[in-house]
Amino acid sequence: MSDTSRDKVTEAGVAVIGGGMVGSALAYGLAKRGANVVLLDEGDIAYRAARGNFGLVWTQSKGDGMPAYAAWSLASAAAWPDFAEAMASAAGRSIGYEQRGGLVFCVGDAERDQRAAQLRRLHNQRDDAAPVATMLDRKALHDLMPRTPLGPQVVAASYAPGDGHVNPLYLLRGLHAAIRRHGGRHAPGAAVTQIVPTGGGFTLTRADGAMLRADRIVIAAGVATTRLAAMVDIAAPVRPQRGQIMVTERLAPLLPLPASALRQSAEGSVMIGVSVEEVGLDTGTTVKELARMAARALTVLPVLAEARMTRAWGALRPMTPDGFPAYAQSSTYPGAFVATCHSGVTLAAIHAEALAPAILAGRLPDGFEPFHPRRFDVRTAA
Amino acid sequence: MFARPHSDTPHLTITVDGQPVGAREGDSVAAALLAAGVVAMRSTPVSQSKRGPYCMMGVCFDCLMIIDGVPSRQACMVSVRDGMRIERQRGPRPLEVDTEDSP
Amino acid sequence: MSAERIATDVPARADIVVIGGGPAGLAAATEAARRGAAVVLLDEQPALGGQVYRAVEANRARGKTLDADYAEGGRLVDAFRASGALAIHEASVWLVEPDGTVGFSRAGAATLMKAERVIVATGAVERAMPIPGWTLPGVMTVGAAQILLKTAGLVPQGRVWIAGSGPLLRLYAVQALAAGGQLAGIIDTTPPGNRRAALRHMGGAMGALGELRKGLAWTQAIRQAGVPWITGAHDLRAEADDDGALGTISFTADGARRSEPADTLLLHNGVVPNVQITRALDIEHDWNQTQRAFRPRCDAWGSTSVPAVMIAGDGAGIVGAAASAIAGRLAALESLRALGRLDQAARDDAAAPLRRALARALAIRPFLDALFAPSPEYLVPAGETIVCRCEEVTASALRQAVSLGCLGPNQLKSFTRCGMGPCQGRICGLTVAEVIASARGASVADVGYYRLRFPIKPLTLGELAAVHAPADPTAPR
Repeated sequence: MSDTSRDKVTEAGVAVIGGGMVGSALAYGLAKRGANVVLLDEGDIAYRAARGNFGLVWTQSKGDGMPAYAAWSLASAAAWPDFAEAMASAAGRSIGYEQRGGLVFCVGDAERDQRAAQLRRLHNQRDDAAPVATMLDRKALHDLMPRTPLGPQVVAASYAPGDGHVNPLYLLRGLHAAIRRHGGRHAPGAAVTQIVPTGGGFTLTRADGAMLRADRIVIAAGVATTRLAAMVDIAAPVRPQRGQIMVTERLAPLLPLPASALRQSAEGSVMIGVSVEEVGLDTGTTVKELARMAARALTVLPVLAEARMTRAWGALRPMTPDGFPAYAQSSTYPGAFVATCHSGVTLAAIHAEALAPAILAGRLPDGFEPFHPRRFDVRTAA
Repeated sequence: MFARPHSDTPHLTITVDGQPVGAREGDSVAAALLAAGVVAMRSTPVSQSKRGPYCMMGVCFDCLMIIDGVPSRQACMVSVRDGMRIERQRGPRPLEVDTEDSP
Repeated sequence: MSAERIATDVPARADIVVIGGGPAGLAAATEAARRGAAVVLLDEQPALGGQVYRAVEANRARGKTLDADYAEGGRLVDAFRASGALAIHEASVWLVEPDGTVGFSRAGAATLMKAERVIVATGAVERAMPIPGWTLPGVMTVGAAQILLKTAGLVPQGRVWIAGSGPLLRLYAVQALAAGGQLAGIIDTTPPGNRRAALRHMGGAMGALGELRKGLAWTQAIRQAGVPWITGAHDLRAEADDDGALGTISFTADGARRSEPADTLLLHNGVVPNVQITRALDIEHDWNQTQRAFRPRCDAWGSTSVPAVMIAGDGAGIVGAAASAIAGRLAALESLRALGRLDQAARDDAAAPLRRALARALAIRPFLDALFAPSPEYLVPAGETIVCRCEEVTASALRQAVSLGCLGPNQLKSFTRCGMGPCQGRICGLTVAEVIASARGASVADVGYYRLRFPIKPLTLGELAAVHAPADPTAPR
């Protein structure tokens, strides 16, 4: 059921703060395991990274410099097929999930060489078997997608057979429906302004003045995480980083596999991403950046020149200083957790199936030390 | 249905899915087709249901057609020219795909 | 992706860019150009006049003047032609930046133009009238039929029904009959209580007796032509024939269900401001409960919270053609003052008679707003009626998303794809807000509207990419 101003939740076992991809996946995983969960979401206008998400379930390129993140992403990708089925069942419709492999196109020899070197680095930092991704030359690309008219400058691509994509909006809808199905509560229009640790639990104040008492809390509030985490004595530096995305009208099938910054959705529209800009909380779009992105997309697929773009938007990724996820439990106030990352779609399955049970058990999984945000603490690092 | 007054004889010819249709200078493609009794101009990419012009002023995007080989043009916003080739757009628009692409 | 995507025959700069060639835009451009400003008018249509004066020059050349009001459009166009302003036709505007940059495409070529001031005069659009079957080929708006009459001389023939409410419905019926058209009947959905509410504004409307007489004469002409006029009709539906086009309409009137064969159904549910540009600029919009529409916040000159952007005409709230032309001149005067071409005293001197004329032109507005207040039945559709025509999202799908926690149009859009199609929410925007408000028991003002973004109109990726680097658009970053 939906929480409105007439019907406010005042008690919960676990309050998850943030109705985006991370908070919703955790709330689903908690509700599924019988926790008394409330998901505190914002209103119609919020800095929703989840809504601006590109929709890749992606492992190649993840974790260059942090092997634990690479392994965590791979584990999530492996859990995705079952998770997707549960989401489709809850949403009552397909969520557009496909796992047929993913590509990173290389335009020119320099890009190809750089990409190959990065894949080698990623492979070398893992001690286990098969590489996540391999390089395909133009001939191999053509064999893989014979009907896709690649531009002449595309010389190669990296290819990861385990990568895929999903409609992130239907995923979020499925998560919210699944939370309800398992007895959890979803409270929209419930931005949290204050957290006060009280007697082994936490009292939360909402922007509308309503109060809520919870035994445990999970702060998964995207770009608002830093402010809220400080209230439970966790330093979790997160800054907004803008990514602009644009999308075309629905087109006949053209690109069977998703690629970094270029994918065709199940509906037929082609999504083109994605910029990396440090502009604070500005969710606007700029013609300069979108024009650059369009030009790049046309290099890969020149036939797109005639496709009409109908929408564009800017979304804010919650970025930590090193770009990797941050997970922590407050040592001062046990029972308060922080979870933040900018790969909420890829990690949704593992958040629901591994992180949520750990939070319920009161202890983060073994091997999670590298994810602790104390790695950003200049005093300990110095 | 719509009709032209008798004094207004069409003097241009366009083709719709290969069939010749008369048109008058100044007509939009959509107006010329409606005058010729052509009402359904495309089918949707969502359910393949038939659509025709609704607003005639560029707002609704329901009259999208393939005009001289270019898909997704608003038939109400394009003026006819003699010999123009019009095709109904069925489902999601195609791109001009050259399948002869070689690696 | 070559140079043909960049237009070269238009100036890169202008003092004032006016968007829209209807009464407000024509008058604004004329006033500013006459007083020495370099003015460019961008219009989407192939000829000047906007919707109300569509094809006015062509019809005059053919000796066809619909009526005295339409002929007024010819005078506005003549004045524009003599003013020195430049008109660029078939220009699809997809960008207006707060600094006065305007992006548009023409024949597949994209252009960026920089203006000191932009006057948005994009007028009104017809309010959606979502009924079961309104997406069938053969169901159109009354405005659409009027455009067919003005631009191509087409008249209704066969079983053509008109349904809805508003002055345009009557005006079109009169024009169509006078041009030799046939109408099967008019299904008037105006709520019966409106008449009483309107009488309260009769005093103000007496200042516009001519307008009142005109309305009465229209009604009389329609009755004299013997066109059946069915009042108090509700539960209107359009049903398909075997080919998937309109075949039948049905409705309830006088307590009985009626079904009628139909070739064409023309719907009209009033007009509302076209807010695509002002929304994309993040200008504040206020809910107008009487007109049941949002309108951009602006002062009596048309100035907005974005200094370089002004609004004139129906786009700032429905005022009609005569008042729109005056508003256009006022916006031009203030633009000239802001550009230093006119001092404040001269601006105010020139504006004084205009303001008196504006008050006269607006006298009838409260009466019309009350008389043609839309029926709630067609603001908040029920059941499986399609709301978003592009993505084929139904009213019940919207209600389900609201029950899942969608508080407003933007979350609802991401849950249902409503408003994500090529029309960019132009048709469904207000209906979506009304449906959410009714499902939540909230006001439409609180529910809000789509956050609109670039592009204001769809443009091809080739056009967009050319703006980036005309010399070598294929170069990677």
